[in-house]
Amino acid sequence: MPVPEGPAPEGGDALVVLSRVDKHFGSLHVLRAVDLTVHRGEVVVVIGPSGSGKSTLCRAINRLETIDGGEIRFDGRPLPAEGRELARLRADVGMVFQSFDLFAHKTVLDNVTLGQIKVRGKDRKSAGARARELLGRVGVAAQADKYPAQLSGGQQQRVAIARALAMDPKVMLFDEPTSALDPEMINEVLEVMRHLARDGMTMVVVTHEMGFARSAAHQVVFMADGRIVEQAAPEDFFGNPRSDRARDFLSKILHH
Amino acid sequence: MFDFLEGYDLLGAFWVTVQLTFWSALGSLLWGTLLAAMRVGPVPLMRGFASAYVGIVRNIPLTVIIVFTSLGLFQTLGISLGADRFTTINFRLAVLGLTAYTSAFVCEALRSGINTVPLGQVEAARALGLSFPQTLRLIVLPQAFRSVVGPLANVLIALTKNTTVAAAIGVAEAALLMREMIENEAQLILISAIFAFGFLCLTLPTGLLLGRLARKAAVKR
Repeated sequence: MPVPEGPAPEGGDALVVLSRVDKHFGSLHVLRAVDLTVHRGEVVVVIGPSGSGKSTLCRAINRLETIDGGEIRFDGRPLPAEGRELARLRADVGMVFQSFDLFAHKTVLDNVTLGQIKVRGKDRKSAGARARELLGRVGVAAQADKYPAQLSGGQQQRVAIARALAMDPKVMLFDEPTSALDPEMINEVLEVMRHLARDGMTMVVVTHEMGFARSAAHQVVFMADGRIVEQAAPEDFFGNPRSDRARDFLSKILHH
Repeated sequence: MFDFLEGYDLLGAFWVTVQLTFWSALGSLLWGTLLAAMRVGPVPLMRGFASAYVGIVRNIPLTVIIVFTSLGLFQTLGISLGADRFTTINFRLAVLGLTAYTSAFVCEALRSGINTVPLGQVEAARALGLSFPQTLRLIVLPQAFRSVVGPLANVLIALTKNTTVAAAIGVAEAALLMREMIENEAQLILISAIFAFGFLCLTLPTGLLLGRLARKAAVKR
């Protein structure tokens, strides 16, 4: 059984706290009284069948989805509802999307400098230097002057990670970051994420990659039908799932 | 064969047409963009205003708008737009009327362009902490403009031809001169052909140039 890398987060202070969060899409109850605490430096991997609410949960943390009930606190304060305060929160929360969503009309470099310049108020030169450093770290430094459409999916997703990191976020949210990738590109993205986890970045990762959950997570959260059904260290969850729902899910994805 | 042209300032008249087109195009691009921004913005009052504006202005004949600028704004309300010579006043009133009218079409073209920008682009921008105006200005509008260069070229060509309506309030552009020449000379068909050719010289290059630009500017996804 692989042991999670990086420092154990036990006892660390809470960075993201969800308490009794509820969310409906019309008549569909997508989040049902969800409680979740993410500590500083902790990697939480959220897994579960499609439609279980895990993406919604992830998107609610930077308020791309509003919630109907309960409370989400970030860094000790409730999420602001809108305006400048909300923009400031989002700048501190990095987000990586399933479909990359790089700005299509801007070069790779401009994608990574934009937030630094327009939100953080950095000058072009230092933003560019930081962007090149990050692009190097995710292994796409040579693509800096290309446009997103000229890159492979894996390269685009790594640029998207660099774009989020450029804001020096306190937490990184990954919403199924490898689900839109060709199989041979999944590992290059996961490798970047493993590095981040090892460097102590706080991460919430929604994924179907069980190998990543085993090797990088401190906590695995299993969701089904809008509820958190099980929450455990990866070796406990994968070795000895307690709920029928989780056992059923694991048997379907691990033995084929 | 062309001696009847003597004594008429054909180039001068078309130059006024070009100026009318240029200033109205600039004005309606700005005002139309602002209207489009209001239509997609989060403020209900602005959304309502912009959609009412487009709905009303788009459906009023341009002649009515142009005549209103002269009879309503200038002669009744005394608005002369900072000019004191009649020709200048009429020119500016015509630009105002053409701008008010054309911006409704610019707004609609641009709005359809905004609809081609994937929602993910907006979410990614918001997730970085960009404000709504920043997202619009830096991410959405640049991509929207690139996808509607073609439709905007149509609007520009229509505008070029619509400037002839300014003749109704005595702006000395091409159509006014044409009317004068037709009255004075016995060359109805030839005169019409000359002016038609003049407009083709203005609009065909516009279409070709912007068509090429449209292909170049298109956002690759």
